[in-house]
Amino acid sequence: MDTIYYLVQNMLPIAVPLLLVALGGMFSERSGVINIGLEGIMLFGAFFGCLTVYGIQRSGMGPQTILIIAMLISAVAGILFSMLLSFAAVNMKADQTITGTALNMLVPAIVLLFSKMKFNSDGITTDVNFYIQQVPGLSSIPVLGDLFFKKTYVTVYIGFLFLAIATIIFYKTKFGLRLRACGEHPQAADSVGINVYVMRHAGVALSGFLGGIGGFFYSVGVMDGNTNGHTGVAGFGFLALAVMIFGQWKPLKIMFAALFFAFLRILAYSVALIPFLHNLNLNQTYFKMLPYVATMIVLIFTSQKSRAPKAEGIPYDKGRR
Amino acid sequence: MQNNQVSPKFKDKITGITKSKAISTFTAALLAIALGLIFGFIVMIVAKPENSWYGFTTMLFGGFRRLGDVFYYATPILMTGLSVGFAFKMGLFNIGASGQYTMGLFFALYAGFMWELPTGIHWIVCILAGMVGGMIWGFIPGICKALFNVNEVITSIMFNYIGMYLVDMWVQDNATIYISSKTRTAYLPASAQIPSLGVTNSNVNFSIIIAITLAVILYIVLNKTTFGYELRATGFNKHASKYAGMNDKRNTILTMLIAGAFAGLGGAFAILAPSTIAGSSMTYEPINVIAANGFNGIAVALLGSSNPIGIIFSAIFISHIQRGGTIVSSLFGYKPEIIDVVIAVIIYFSAFAMLMNSNIARMVRKRRLAKEESGSVNSNRKQNRKGA
Repeated sequence: MDTIYYLVQNMLPIAVPLLLVALGGMFSERSGVINIGLEGIMLFGAFFGCLTVYGIQRSGMGPQTILIIAMLISAVAGILFSMLLSFAAVNMKADQTITGTALNMLVPAIVLLFSKMKFNSDGITTDVNFYIQQVPGLSSIPVLGDLFFKKTYVTVYIGFLFLAIATIIFYKTKFGLRLRACGEHPQAADSVGINVYVMRHAGVALSGFLGGIGGFFYSVGVMDGNTNGHTGVAGFGFLALAVMIFGQWKPLKIMFAALFFAFLRILAYSVALIPFLHNLNLNQTYFKMLPYVATMIVLIFTSQKSRAPKAEGIPYDKGRR
Repeated sequence: MQNNQVSPKFKDKITGITKSKAISTFTAALLAIALGLIFGFIVMIVAKPENSWYGFTTMLFGGFRRLGDVFYYATPILMTGLSVGFAFKMGLFNIGASGQYTMGLFFALYAGFMWELPTGIHWIVCILAGMVGGMIWGFIPGICKALFNVNEVITSIMFNYIGMYLVDMWVQDNATIYISSKTRTAYLPASAQIPSLGVTNSNVNFSIIIAITLAVILYIVLNKTTFGYELRATGFNKHASKYAGMNDKRNTILTMLIAGAFAGLGGAFAILAPSTIAGSSMTYEPINVIAANGFNGIAVALLGSSNPIGIIFSAIFISHIQRGGTIVSSLFGYKPEIIDVVIAVIIYFSAFAMLMNSNIARMVRKRRLAKEESGSVNSNRKQNRKGA
């Protein structure tokens, strides 16, 4: 039982960045813009989040307040950075995959350049402890308290709050409906008076918002509040894309996909605790590969019937039929 | 009078050349490069204003002092660039060149250490082994794309990680290849190393000649054979080419196979290169990092607009400013990451440089037209006055 508690407690902080970034990718792709630059957006958000933490960690504020402030800054950074993508993809009608790749290449270089110049290291190291030993009151609930309210981060609750908000925006508002229309048939959307360009900018900006926050939450939940230009976010942006495809571009399915991947990952890093896996006596590398291999297998089984937004990746041109 | 009659013809010829596609992609690439360099210059000014101009000119021209090294470092990224560019022609984005490169590197290492072959044959076998390694790693995403409709971008990213972890594990588990006290691979036997071209103080070797030859062959295959035609047709319009009876599944798998072969060769060329220090060789450190040369290959392919001949030049260019960058960082204290920033900015702009280019051209043409119009209006007025 303790092992299960341990796995769940450690799985959630890893699942949340995946969940948020995949939701961001969903907003962008359902509006018609492929966002392969999520990896870069994440690292950009993480970098600014950690920079903020570094700047205000001596100011005497509580760790959770610092976290919220840094989260807002990383969200703004993510939005601003994602505008590079939406400018190229929407206004300049550039190839979206190429632009995203360029952004992915740009961020680690910028982070390394800045950190080496300012801190003479490969990244930013902060020393705020964001860890929550137990949530007062709620942690005394028998099973649930152990699972969800002990040894965790506040990022987990914020993450699921964002999931709820994103689902409502996506399905229950005019904005969500219009956004989805632009990803399916932009010409039809335009013909009924929806501004496709604005919607696509909004979709990408939302992915920047969620991607930036997701990146910062990665550095909180996985890297103990640090960020590093070399390892970056360890392919989480790409994994989030896989999560999004596995989740069929739908919020709730994305949540389950994110939990699945996070579970596999935490399993890989806690082999020693689980007697059954430990007795297999396999090289640890096999477990480290597990999330990636599982992604492949899952995609092989789900891609046949997967239906991507119809107009994604195609720049919208008013003159075309 | 005669002058006037000749000049329009000449003008037509010039505009005919400048309007051709090759030239416009070339000028677009130049525009992107210029913007990237300007951005790099600004970063340098911000970082260290006092050295910025010397630093900038060294970055631009420093590579000429080490031409041998420029070609040496251009070889692997030329190969990964060909890999990415070739797949692009078919409409596939081979972001997995890194994984294929790493696989090729390992296969070449393995053949170099574990197989004993006579000098003169050994290095060729190692190169071929590297090619096979890359092919295998390109083949799997190809199969997944063709048979299961899995997005090749995701697959090949996953295979970058899987390949990197696998290779690092295989290297560390092999006592012949790996020296654990130095956390790197041992020196390759001399017979497995590619013959050097004999430039002093440089590792430039025979592989650059192989790489350029392969690029030329690829150009011919793409432009003069049925297979190349089918690939390009599929890249232009998947449905139309399928309707015309082209087997897109077979072509997808073949494309990824060949793209993998190129990237694998890049890995083999990188690890089998001779060293200027006698008795040593290139080594590989299994530190769980995705090979950067694969991603630089994407930059090379994009800058060369996926044309094999263009890729030769863009690989040499990128290698050139990278050499300049290392000189800058050692002489003037700038960080070498400036070059990575410059390259990324170049790629960003090259994504829409074509459009920017045509917009600028249109603006110039409009202005000229406006001028001519106002000129003709004036002359009309004069004539009218005369008539009156």
